[in-house]
Amino acid sequence: MQVSLNGALRSGAGGAASIEIEAATIRELLTKVVERYPDMSEYLDRGIAVAIDGVVFRDDWNQSIPQGAEVFLMPRIEGG
Amino acid sequence: MAHDNSYTGQKFEVVGNRFIRPDGVDKVTGKARYGADASAPGQLVGLVLRSPHAHATIKKIDASKAEKLPGVKAIITAEDLPDLTGGDRGMADILENCMARGRALYDGHAVAAVAAVDAQTARQALKLIKVSYKKLPHVTDVDKAMKPNAPVIHDWIITGGVDPKPAKPSNIANRTQMGHGDVETGFAEADVIIERSYKTEQTHQGYIEPHACLASVNPDGTAELWVTTQGPFTYRTVCATLLGLDIAKLKVTSSEIGGGFGGKTHVWTEPVALALSRKANRPVKLVMTRDEVFRASGPTASTSIDIKIGATKKGVITAATLELRYQGGAFPGIWAMLACMTGFACYDIKNQRSVGWDVIVNRPKVAAYRAPSAPMAAYAVESTMDIVAQEIGMDAVDFRLKNVAKEGAQAPYGPLYGPIGIEAALKAVKKHPQMRAKLKKNQGRGIACGFWFNIGGQTCVDLNVGTDGTVSLAVGTVDVGGARSSLGMIAAEELGISYDEVKVHVADTASLGHNDTTEGSRGTFSSGMAAIFAARDAIEVLKGRAAKMLDVPVDAIVWENGQAKAVGKQHGNLPKLSLKEIAAKSPNTGGPIAGHNEVVADGAGMGFACHICDVEVDPETGLTKILRYTVVQDAGKAIHPDYVEGQFQGAAAQGIGWALNEEYVYGDDGRLQNPGFLDYRIPVCSDLPFIDTKILEIPNPNHPYGIRGVGETSIVPPLGAIGNAIADATGVRMNHVPMSPIRVLEALDQAATLEDQVSAG
Repeated sequence: MQVSLNGALRSGAGGAASIEIEAATIRELLTKVVERYPDMSEYLDRGIAVAIDGVVFRDDWNQSIPQGAEVFLMPRIEGG
Repeated sequence: MAHDNSYTGQKFEVVGNRFIRPDGVDKVTGKARYGADASAPGQLVGLVLRSPHAHATIKKIDASKAEKLPGVKAIITAEDLPDLTGGDRGMADILENCMARGRALYDGHAVAAVAAVDAQTARQALKLIKVSYKKLPHVTDVDKAMKPNAPVIHDWIITGGVDPKPAKPSNIANRTQMGHGDVETGFAEADVIIERSYKTEQTHQGYIEPHACLASVNPDGTAELWVTTQGPFTYRTVCATLLGLDIAKLKVTSSEIGGGFGGKTHVWTEPVALALSRKANRPVKLVMTRDEVFRASGPTASTSIDIKIGATKKGVITAATLELRYQGGAFPGIWAMLACMTGFACYDIKNQRSVGWDVIVNRPKVAAYRAPSAPMAAYAVESTMDIVAQEIGMDAVDFRLKNVAKEGAQAPYGPLYGPIGIEAALKAVKKHPQMRAKLKKNQGRGIACGFWFNIGGQTCVDLNVGTDGTVSLAVGTVDVGGARSSLGMIAAEELGISYDEVKVHVADTASLGHNDTTEGSRGTFSSGMAAIFAARDAIEVLKGRAAKMLDVPVDAIVWENGQAKAVGKQHGNLPKLSLKEIAAKSPNTGGPIAGHNEVVADGAGMGFACHICDVEVDPETGLTKILRYTVVQDAGKAIHPDYVEGQFQGAAAQGIGWALNEEYVYGDDGRLQNPGFLDYRIPVCSDLPFIDTKILEIPNPNHPYGIRGVGETSIVPPLGAIGNAIADATGVRMNHVPMSPIRVLEALDQAATLEDQVSAG
């Protein structure tokens, strides 16, 4: 599965715009991302969101990732 | 238990009505209890001593005379707030912002605080505290702060997001880049390329109620905080961390809120009040003055923006770039990053790049302000969109429609959009009668679009059925814009009872599980989702009780129109049982009837809006008058349309103030020159026409009712819409917000001078 990275998150993955990772849930995805790219843990601590087929998940790490889904890692946002 | 949050197209009886607001009478009669309206036996008055310098080393604080003043019960400095943040940089920044630690970083930064028996004594004590400062070089302008010779405010700031990592510290905290495609190739395909630069000044949320709290810490480590806040649970977590308290032992109760708009998502004086109370062993009430609110709470960023848009003669945008410089005050923020994510969000631009620079200056720590960061980026985008449209001879609405983002388009932050409402908003604007209304001399019309993400988050509600069949719903999201009404309507809808049989309460932190702060237009979206599921949970209980009363299996009971009905041939003659009848028998059928829900409400639907603005510009004074204003916005589903319209109107009014008047003015000494509503002018009723609204309902597929957040999006378009209207009225493009009379007059004079020079040949 191709996982696209955006913004400063690319720095955590050595500048890569996307990475290949197999994961069935957001939890598994983030665990594998940090295993492979330890620098990403800093970004996870700061807050991260995962977009799966255009739907942004900020908190629910149990969310399943369908086969062939479009997956983006992006910074977690705040609002007013 | 997981619930399906998919949109179902459910038909509504209660939702969509315009019931009288439940908090209205208390607010207009003065009964509503705001942050400053609480009191406790033996309470003290807390006051804060603030730095008069933009940047200074605090050499010594001598409080010995103040301590001896009769009536003074506690004086605190940073020493009384030791750093317990355990290496959490963000939390350490909050601590330092609440009380300076060795250095004052901006005019108004707290350096000490006093608790005394009355305000007069506390004021006297403040005067007796002697602080020795050594002034340091300061910088308050975002562009100047980025220059290599600027005074570096923090020696630990090494710019993030650049490769290789800089060797030296600077005021640039972070670089962010968003986008996709190949902008160089895109610009090469363009027939027209427009480049412009814009500036926007710092504004404040301008909530009428200042920050206020009553803090009480007991020797056993328990504590209570009554406070005006958008996020009592977040305040609890932050204050407990900074004070070293157990989270469960700090009870935070949110008062009625007199406006927040993002400014009450962060703590300012609350940890100080708690520390004073801990030291004095008495309750402490601390209320900010308006001067303090301006100088030392969290305004929005001032910005400096470069933009470039390329398009074909047929009106297709081939490439676009943004360079966004946002100051976050004296601490790092995410404000330019948010701007990168939102700037081009309304358009389907195949080749786009947004680069953001988050910059440190000697100003107060920036906080969220209603769709934070988006209005400034949209101002640059929407102004330049009009210039491009004019250059290629295309109508401004048609040009936007030609490039509008639709389902499947790629957002600036990466993912493809689901169903979104910006095309529908633009089409509604195109058809709106205002677009055909005639304009007179010195009058002009502008339109502009806006986007905000909206968010969901952790949410928890309790629904309890009284023995008379009335229902109370306890929610943990603060009612900042009508949520008590909309959530009551949702509970009534699900239970099949009338709205006036439901009472919604905003619960304290001891009564519910964690709820994220009411920010990001999440209140009705997330608590609405939890209320639906809690009501359905209660219905299962009600069905079980009805089965007992009718002596039938529970799977023979269905819930219809607020009644339990036994189904099946053998039960056909049994009476239906109303919620009231079941509730009355609850003591003997199993006790209290309740429904609960805890949910992470993800899947918030994006908000899009388009505004129309008619203005008249007085060429003698430069004063811009708003003649007519229309907001078109997608709400997903308007639960209570009055409140939704109110959100649209309120957001537009704030955007209008931002566009025309509001501005932090700093002197050369780095001190804020206008910390008060006389010199920082927000719009009043006489400044504005009635703001017309049109609600669009394009359901969010990730909410059972299709709800999208509505609170923030409509502060995004006004800056651009007004800039475009002024350009239409005068032929002069304003590139600096606020477009105050003096700036408009200067621009008109410059244009006239230029014209004279051209005529003179």
